[in-house]
Amino acid sequence: MIALSHYLTLAAILFCLSVVGIFLNRKNVIILLMSIELMLLSVNINFVAFSHFLDDAAGQIFVFFILTVAAAEAAIGLAILVVLFRNRATINVADLDTLKG
Amino acid sequence: MLPTQTFGEGRLVSFEIVVFYVFAAIVVFSAFRVITVNNPVFAAMFLVLTFFTCAAIWMLLEAEFLAVTLVLVYVGAVMVLFLFVVMMLDVNVVPMKEGFVKYLPVGLLVGAVMLVEMVFLITQRYFRNESFPPPERVAADYSNTEALGRVLYSDYLFQFEIAAIILLVAIVAAIALTMRRRPETKYQRPAQQIDINKADRVRVVSMPSSAPAGAPTRVDHSGGQS
Repeated sequence: MIALSHYLTLAAILFCLSVVGIFLNRKNVIILLMSIELMLLSVNINFVAFSHFLDDAAGQIFVFFILTVAAAEAAIGLAILVVLFRNRATINVADLDTLKG
Repeated sequence: MLPTQTFGEGRLVSFEIVVFYVFAAIVVFSAFRVITVNNPVFAAMFLVLTFFTCAAIWMLLEAEFLAVTLVLVYVGAVMVLFLFVVMMLDVNVVPMKEGFVKYLPVGLLVGAVMLVEMVFLITQRYFRNESFPPPERVAADYSNTEALGRVLYSDYLFQFEIAAIILLVAIVAAIALTMRRRPETKYQRPAQQIDINKADRVRVVSMPSSAPAGAPTRVDHSGGQS
């Protein structure tokens, strides 16, 4: 039988992969956003696994709300990205230093 | 799992484990490709594969509604939005990867340390089958969607409405951020179109009802005046 630790380990691996992705892809905001989506997905796996093993629907309700907020975040983030590319013609994080004093 | 333990449905259980390991391997591989692939389009495609396989794993956890929602919302909407933006932006791929090798050691170090810490905690005895026994499989006529809906529309109704408002704000924000007025484009002005009265548009001209005396007469077959 699949134990809870199997699911938690899978979510941990996914989370660490997305952290490494944030480190590696500092140039590309799109990949950074994708890494954040992966992180949220790994958290969701944890919630669903605990919800199943504790036999409590509240965990799945929480995943539902996380999905909602993540969709809103992706929409607004991509809109900001489009405006950024329109004004600066780059999405390189290193070039976005206008606020530097 | 102890090797001496016997289950009544041994074949089914082992098949479940095989399915889990196959899907977990696909998830890890595609997530790895998301962060290492050169082209952002391929990264988005591998992210789609990750979400899809995760939906299958959620099916194993009997979260059918959320699995279908993940496919519909993420694969159907969010990833299409990602692909749309990636293809619209026309990003030059080559300089995007120049810091890859430079940040590789520190990234791998941080990731490996985090992974070792978390796996060390997780694989202790707390989350094994002895502490969290797997629940019985639900009956065939059990509806996960109905159970979620009953909780969502009673206990979590207020939070549900807040989620709706968050989505509305996201729509307004995304439109307000990306909308722009190009000066060379011609627009209709509905306010000016509405704010008008009959005298501005219609001019009543009084015409003589009969032809003048010197005008040439036409042959008229409709029986009117000549």
